[in-house]
Amino acid sequence: MTPAVVADGVYQAYGRQPALRGVSLSLAAGQATALLGPNGAGKSTLLRILSTLERASRGTVQWSGREADAETRASIGLVAHESLCYADLSARENLTFFGTLYGVADPAARATQLLARVALDAAADRAARTYSRGMLQRLALARALVHSPRLLLLDEPLTGLDRQGTQLVIDLLVEEKARGTSLLVVSHELLAIAPLCDRVLVLARGRIVKDEPLTATSDLARIYDEAVA
Amino acid sequence: MKLKPLSLVLATLAVLGLLWAPFLIVGAPREPTMGFVQKIFYFHVPCAWVCFLSAFVCAFGAIAYLFRDAEWGERLAASSAELTVVFGLCTLVTGPLWARKAWGHWWEWDVRLTLTLLLWMIFIAYLFARRYGGPGGKKLAAGLAIFGAANVPLIYLSVSIWRSIHPKTSVVPTLDPGMRPAFWVSFLTFTILYFVLLEARVALERARASLDALYLEAEDRGLFDGDPV
Amino acid sequence: MSYASWVMRLVWKDIVVELRRKELVYASIFFAGVVLLVFAFSFLGGERPTLDVAAGVLWVTVALTGTLGIGRAFEREREGDTWRALLLSPLPRTALYVGKLVSLCLLMSLVVATAAFGVGLLFGAPLADHLGGIALLLVLGVVGFSAIASLFAASLGRSRSRDLLLPLIVYPLVVPVLIAGARGTAGLLTGEDPALPAFWMRFLFVFDLIFVTLGLWTFEPLAASEG
Repeated sequence: MTPAVVADGVYQAYGRQPALRGVSLSLAAGQATALLGPNGAGKSTLLRILSTLERASRGTVQWSGREADAETRASIGLVAHESLCYADLSARENLTFFGTLYGVADPAARATQLLARVALDAAADRAARTYSRGMLQRLALARALVHSPRLLLLDEPLTGLDRQGTQLVIDLLVEEKARGTSLLVVSHELLAIAPLCDRVLVLARGRIVKDEPLTATSDLARIYDEAVA
Repeated sequence: MKLKPLSLVLATLAVLGLLWAPFLIVGAPREPTMGFVQKIFYFHVPCAWVCFLSAFVCAFGAIAYLFRDAEWGERLAASSAELTVVFGLCTLVTGPLWARKAWGHWWEWDVRLTLTLLLWMIFIAYLFARRYGGPGGKKLAAGLAIFGAANVPLIYLSVSIWRSIHPKTSVVPTLDPGMRPAFWVSFLTFTILYFVLLEARVALERARASLDALYLEAEDRGLFDGDPV
Repeated sequence: MSYASWVMRLVWKDIVVELRRKELVYASIFFAGVVLLVFAFSFLGGERPTLDVAAGVLWVTVALTGTLGIGRAFEREREGDTWRALLLSPLPRTALYVGKLVSLCLLMSLVVATAAFGVGLLFGAPLADHLGGIALLLVLGVVGFSAIASLFAASLGRSRSRDLLLPLIVYPLVVPVLIAGARGTAGLLTGEDPALPAFWMRFLFVFDLIFVTLGLWTFEPLAASEG
């Protein structure tokens, strides 16, 4: 089976500021990978390139064997720093709107289903600007899942979530993984994401310095500390 | 810096032209109505020509950069844009000097003057956009160059129709055969000078780009380790 | 889904958001009013301004409010980073451009209609006598203006000086629109040469055609990726 995404020698510099120096990776379907690294390691740049938002100045990226075209974009879900949702629209309207853009068969039904799944059904018809940080984060995740992507890129998906919310998101991501989605998770909440992940990548100064399977949950912090030290 | 033979020949030609042209200009017949001021013509018209030539060279480079991802296109466009501004400024300074004598006031909303002024402003905006446009500044500037070049005929048409309802002033007197050598030598000299300056400016950009690349490579190999920049 | 229905979706979303906020319409209309007042004061005391001046004032107001409104409209797409969300979607890129262009033309038409009313009121210009012609000129002008302004507002991306750069880039490029609009309007009002307004309408039509095409052509490389 072709991997969800393959990057080969991805290099990106802004002027004299290198962000990525030859990153190669391959993410398999149904695999969850933790992408760790200190601030400024290039995690956000890598996510932008893997999400097609930015093009690498050197190196290639292929998504299920394809270039960055419309079909590729339709197979990627992204949870970013911002919610990627319209503050003036309600959660339901946001999900229906993006569902339509992605050509989802019945956007309204899909929205209802996702709203229930992320426990936003009570607040579904309120404008997103009235949401708390945690609610917004769950909405952002629902938005990223609206078109059932094959590759899910998550930049700090647990920001602002309480204990309950964290558990809900992790459960949902485990479900997604079981469905065959490939997950790449950037997070500093090592303990929370450890049960989800099968593999750890550590990025430091624009390079992958560690690539290991994760066998025991408690290993995550140890691998990270070793790699960064 | 080593000079290519062609640029050496061109530079020599430009110098010779610049030395020879003043003698021809002084020797050319005096224009009866405007007298000595008419001599500006030999400077003004070639400047204006080079300003426009340079603008279209810039648009050409911009197209190559935007659609072919050609770095040389970006360097050519940026260098040419600067020269457009320089020669445009020369045109805009000498124009009013002439106009004062010919029409009795400094500025006239003549088609050519207006067009040059607007083109000059567009390319100043180009320099601003490239410098302050953030990460996408180079692309933004390239787009501006293309739009600016496409706008030239439209500005010309609109200004000339707008002014046609007002009294017309004749701008370029028919060229006296005695003035021809001086004019054409100046014209050629300025054109050659433009290409000499362009080549020098592009070489500078190229050097800057390879310096950046070297810097990145040195940084990559750990040359600056322990000495963060 | 077809291209047209995608564009409709995007426009409808913009309309719904604006209906909830009303910020763009109200602020732009109020700004247009303030600009007109400033013009009125600066001509106060002398003779009644000529019809030429009234036509010029109308089009300068269109340009000033236009950059304000269009800049603000794209600022709004940056709030939740929703412009990125649109770029991530599988839509054809140009649909994003056309969608924004249509929304902004609708917004500007509203503002421009109010500005025209204000010019009629404050400058005594008999705009109502040439309603069809002036409306056509304004619509053509608004399309040309938005075609340029929305492309560059979209490509300004994350530049920190985008508020400054947008008018700096847009005004020199739209000078033909302003000349054509102002001269066409003045021609209609004074009735000097009946052929002139028709010429300016054709001119604006050609201008729109050229710059909408250029916008569609350059949108992908200019605005669809970062860095």
